[in-house]
Amino acid sequence: MKLSSILVGACSIFALSGIAYAETITIATVNNGDMIRMQKLTDDFSAKNPGIELEWVTLEENILRQRVTTDIATNGGQFDVLTIGTYEVPIWANQGWLVPLTALQNDPVYDSDDLLPAIAGGLSVDGKLYAAPFYGESSMVMYRKDLMEKAGLVMPDAPSWDFIANAARKMTNRDEGINGICLRGKAGWGENMGFITAAANSFGARWFDEDWTAQFDQPAWKNTLEFYVKLMNDAGPVGASSNGFNENLTLFQQGKCGMWVDATVAASFVTSKDSTVADKVGFALAPDNGLGKRANWLWAWSLAIPASSQKQDAAVEFVSWATDKAYLELVASKEGWAAVPPGTRTSLYKNPKYLAAAPFAQMTLDSINAADPKNPTVDPVPYVGVQFVAIPEYQGIGNSVGQQFSAALAGTKSVDEALAEAQNITKREMKAAGY
Amino acid sequence: MARKITIQHQLGFTLLAWFLGLLMFFPIFWMILTSFKTEIDAIASPPLVVFSVTLENYIEVLSRSNYLKFFSNSVIIAGGSTLLALVVAIPSAWAMAFSPTRHTKNVLMWMLSTKMMPPVGVLVPIYLSLKYMGLLDTRFGLTIIMMLINLPIIIWMLYTYFKEIPSEILEASRMDGAKLWQEIIFVLLPMALPGIASTMLLNIILAWNEAFWTLNLTAANAATLTAFIASYSSPEGLFWAKLSAASTMAIAPILILGWFSQKQLVTGLTFGAVK
Repeated sequence: MKLSSILVGACSIFALSGIAYAETITIATVNNGDMIRMQKLTDDFSAKNPGIELEWVTLEENILRQRVTTDIATNGGQFDVLTIGTYEVPIWANQGWLVPLTALQNDPVYDSDDLLPAIAGGLSVDGKLYAAPFYGESSMVMYRKDLMEKAGLVMPDAPSWDFIANAARKMTNRDEGINGICLRGKAGWGENMGFITAAANSFGARWFDEDWTAQFDQPAWKNTLEFYVKLMNDAGPVGASSNGFNENLTLFQQGKCGMWVDATVAASFVTSKDSTVADKVGFALAPDNGLGKRANWLWAWSLAIPASSQKQDAAVEFVSWATDKAYLELVASKEGWAAVPPGTRTSLYKNPKYLAAAPFAQMTLDSINAADPKNPTVDPVPYVGVQFVAIPEYQGIGNSVGQQFSAALAGTKSVDEALAEAQNITKREMKAAGY
Repeated sequence: MARKITIQHQLGFTLLAWFLGLLMFFPIFWMILTSFKTEIDAIASPPLVVFSVTLENYIEVLSRSNYLKFFSNSVIIAGGSTLLALVVAIPSAWAMAFSPTRHTKNVLMWMLSTKMMPPVGVLVPIYLSLKYMGLLDTRFGLTIIMMLINLPIIIWMLYTYFKEIPSEILEASRMDGAKLWQEIIFVLLPMALPGIASTMLLNIILAWNEAFWTLNLTAANAATLTAFIASYSSPEGLFWAKLSAASTMAIAPILILGWFSQKQLVTGLTFGAVK
């Protein structure tokens, strides 16, 4: 064989390999049902984008948060798409760690105006969208209609805390293993503090005043924590200080909770075939105290692109595919409308097929709309976030305060001791952070 | 006068040993049992001992994750770091055991003290170092890190085994004209083989189970079975059965290795314990 033939052959192989070259983007995500479903449907993305291959890194939520934070803070560039929540987005966007999704905002086909305003607002900074919502959630009351009827009560669509407390005590039947109410007690900023902070908003409490002074020494916090601890002692499950979302889900599905105030995403679980009480569940808005704020939170697992990504164009293509209207129809065509990721688009809640398939749809939408992350409390605050304070220090402070409140629920500390310690911790950490 | 051990004593110790053994094995047994339950049975209260066996968790895990990729990464990183560590540790332990200086003890203590530092304290510098060397999320990078974090323990173990070997034998080989490398390879290593084998096995187990560095330094390419397990924990939804299936698949290879090499492990770990 002549040398020229070898050279021509080699050049042809190079040319072919250039054509066949596919860009690979790495997506960091959590192990939630909707995320796993997305992974299974990526053949559709590959068919529409043959030049882009996907690599998935699925991790537990807290590990993912730590892993992604390390990478993004060091400009490591390991990930091209991140799954993050409404807590991280404003902080990371302000740090310049995220790419604004201007292309999506300006794309008429993507129709960013269709995103639920409360959710889009939580993912935007100065009018720029920094993450596209994959699914959104608020919190609401899930209750057993049969037990409520047995207690001689009718659940209003928008109950007060007094009604909830009264109903919980009436529904409790320790002999039959029925707890009137199940609430989060496990320590953690995303566990008990998610619920307690949202509940505190409805009691008129707030984390900080406008000068960033901690407020745990104020009467509103004492009212909140005393109400929570007393209600759980009277009508909550044994060992509630260890219960988070999954533990309460289990109790509710097994018919051991009369009411459960938690994420709207749980509605699909408690009405699924895994639930022994699927046909007996009703829904209501999160309770209030007549002060103008309800105890419902706002969260959206969202897809964002780190500034360190070298493949931002391909990453935008993926984010667009996973969060546009066509994706919802794709899920519906494969797994039915009830399986569609909730809480992101207005059009979904006007779709009669979805409304028929998801009996909790309207309550989910009302709950999301009732949350206002920019004005979360009765009195004004300097921070954004309903069930969290969107500052970098909050994870650490929230975890520490959560331990105090969990101890109060377990009975190893009094409410006053827990609040005093929470005040000290928060003051100390905020001072160290320069506030 | 030696104390007489009665049959009752022997029986008592045997029963105690069985009890402790079963107690330690129980979590693993329960995890394996859970992996064959449905998600609903896995969270049943009180826990179910009798249930209908299902393989759906294993099918789900195998369809969702590329198990072989995680497994091969674990094998390469655990095996590679162990071999690399031995190459460094054997000459180091030889020098400390047979040619000590007045600082040898201090050096040994210093090496051990590096294990007392919380790993997260050096996460950012190591992350940045690997990033600048282009070794983030690579098997080579993680192999080097695994080798370095386990090196102090390996040197300590080998040092302990080497100290049990009479230095006169090595001296005799030198008088017969053996060079340093011949002395180590042909004289020292065959005598210390049980110790080296147990050190190797222990290091493989440590590297196989290591989670902090593998979770923090890998992404899609070099992730090991510990990352594979971590991907099955969920904040929202039922996951115990699938997590148990993933964990069973992750520990099965190392359990089997430990089972077949338990004789060498026990021999090595008790080497020199009774003088």
